[in-house]
Amino acid sequence: MAARGANRRLWLLWTVLTLAMFGVAGAIMAHGGPRNLLLIGKTTDAHHQIELACDACHTRAFGGREAIEAACRDCHQDELDRIDDSHPVAKFRDPRNADRLQRLDAMQCLSCHVEHNPGVTREMAVTLPEDFCSACHEDIGEERPTHRGLEFATCANAGCHNFHDNQALHEDFLEQHVGEAWLRQAPRLSVTAWRPPPGLTERLVRPARAPDAPPSIPLGAHVVGEWLGSAHAEAGVNCSGCHQPDGADPRNAASWIERPGLTQCATCHIAEAQGFTSGRHGMRLAEGMTIEWGGPFGLFRDRVLSPMRPELARLPMRADAHGRELTCNSCHGQHDFDVQRARVEACLSCHADEHSLAYRHSPHEALRRAELAGRATPGTGVTCATCHMPRHVTRRPNGVERLAVEHNQSANLRPNEKMVRSVCLDCHGLGFTFDALADRNLINRNFAGRPSARIQTLEWVETRMRRRGEP
Amino acid sequence: MTFRAKARLAGLVSALAILAACGSGESAETKAGSIDPQTFTDSLHAVMSADRTIYTQRVVNRLQNELNVIRASEHFVEDRALPLPAQMFRFGSEMVAERTDKFAYQLLSLWPINRQNAPRTDVERRGLQFVAANPGQNFYGEEELGGRRYFTAVYADSAVAPACVSCHNEHRDTPRSDFEMGDVMGGVVIRVPLS
Repeated sequence: MAARGANRRLWLLWTVLTLAMFGVAGAIMAHGGPRNLLLIGKTTDAHHQIELACDACHTRAFGGREAIEAACRDCHQDELDRIDDSHPVAKFRDPRNADRLQRLDAMQCLSCHVEHNPGVTREMAVTLPEDFCSACHEDIGEERPTHRGLEFATCANAGCHNFHDNQALHEDFLEQHVGEAWLRQAPRLSVTAWRPPPGLTERLVRPARAPDAPPSIPLGAHVVGEWLGSAHAEAGVNCSGCHQPDGADPRNAASWIERPGLTQCATCHIAEAQGFTSGRHGMRLAEGMTIEWGGPFGLFRDRVLSPMRPELARLPMRADAHGRELTCNSCHGQHDFDVQRARVEACLSCHADEHSLAYRHSPHEALRRAELAGRATPGTGVTCATCHMPRHVTRRPNGVERLAVEHNQSANLRPNEKMVRSVCLDCHGLGFTFDALADRNLINRNFAGRPSARIQTLEWVETRMRRRGEP
Repeated sequence: MTFRAKARLAGLVSALAILAACGSGESAETKAGSIDPQTFTDSLHAVMSADRTIYTQRVVNRLQNELNVIRASEHFVEDRALPLPAQMFRFGSEMVAERTDKFAYQLLSLWPINRQNAPRTDVERRGLQFVAANPGQNFYGEEELGGRRYFTAVYADSAVAPACVSCHNEHRDTPRSDFEMGDVMGGVVIRVPLS
């Protein structure tokens, strides 16, 4: 009798504990809390910063794959459209591709990019074996003699192919750049030559000369001094522009924002804020990164992810940068908005990986020093921003051209061939560029030295041109 | 009538009502006034062919070859050029595919510049060979793909402008360089699901 009683108690205990466990898990999923308990393994380098914002990807409970696919497209579809995706979903809708889709469903992001699978995750968060191209392109050797006998694991090698982005890799483009020297005759960033369209150089606003902060706000002299010398003051943006969005008014002193953040910057710098929150600097501040939801009766509050901090990063960061939050001010300062500092010193105040540390004595940095000292033509210096957050000419909705800085530092990096057309070709030949971007050791030395291997791409193109009798 | 009998009768009537309601959601083929697949594809092809011919003749050929104002190029964004007629056709095909699955169409050829546009099914191959060998006639067939049956129509695609011929003959990847004006260069394949 006693044994049966004990058995019943054990059953009761296990049932209660199991229900409690499900209850806790359900509460964490629905409301928030220690969500790291629900993580099933190391997340990808791309997403680890936002791994606690489960709903960023798992947008609906019981939503299935469609809900996750919708989340992928929400963040990444714009870029795919911009780079003229080589394998867009539209290519596979035709019924004649039904057999191919059975081998590999190329209409779904999740066929190739699965999160929470650290054992099989490769570069670019791809979770397929390297030779997946053979699913559809098995017979490439018949079409291209140069490709006969090549292993399918090498399709995505440097200077060759990319599933999504082939802007620097199509044959017409390659043919134009056969036989180039490693350095151009007059190497210079092409964007340096851009001038604003005539008519826009007239002053549309008057510079601000006196701070309009309410009298109750104490203003440090150095703060006012920095602001007066900044582009904001030149453009007529006063204290109220960032600190009192409701307008400058002594009666408004209570609406003074002590530390304006991304939201305030984004009221004017929309494109920059969008770029920032699309990349790894600001993705934690993107929309939809809620990690806790408010409860009834105001018991709990909504909580979003905090800004990125160096100690959370997987790349090596400087120890003395730990604890600093990464916002617009981190690179741009608070009142002086020094663009030169934002290009190099801001980066190096946190980043401490091999490539960053090697910048100091690199050939590119020597060019920058010469340009700053006036010994070299403007546009010949190379900074961190030159390659990683390049300037480009863009068009406003009203058609007027303006110069913009790409604030998504990942935009040039996946794969790094994306840099070829937007940056490297301004100064270097294409063959040299491919060789350099393929050489990991050279990249780690920040391009001090020469590439160690030749990429065959341009030689094959040249061979085909000669066979056709072209010069 | 007893209560049980009434209940059985009610159940029978409800079941019949439900069956009738299910039956009313039938496919288009059985409704009065529906279009047979061949008329459907013939009509679609008439529109596609007209649009593309006009683009080829009045836009590309005129501006590129006659007036030298702008050229047509495969990389029309970076070259600041016009899309090629084949690209205009394919973009339309992709946009249609995003909007509906009631039909799908492709531009294929026995001598494609891009090998992905070579025939992949038996019906495609026979259709392209037929329209090339029988000028003025279309090819109609049926096939099963991915577990669904399709009505497949193949229409000849001919060189309607000098731009077609010169570009295809000179392209680095072309498997054939003796096309002439009026030659059948490929075919438009339109598929309609049959279920």
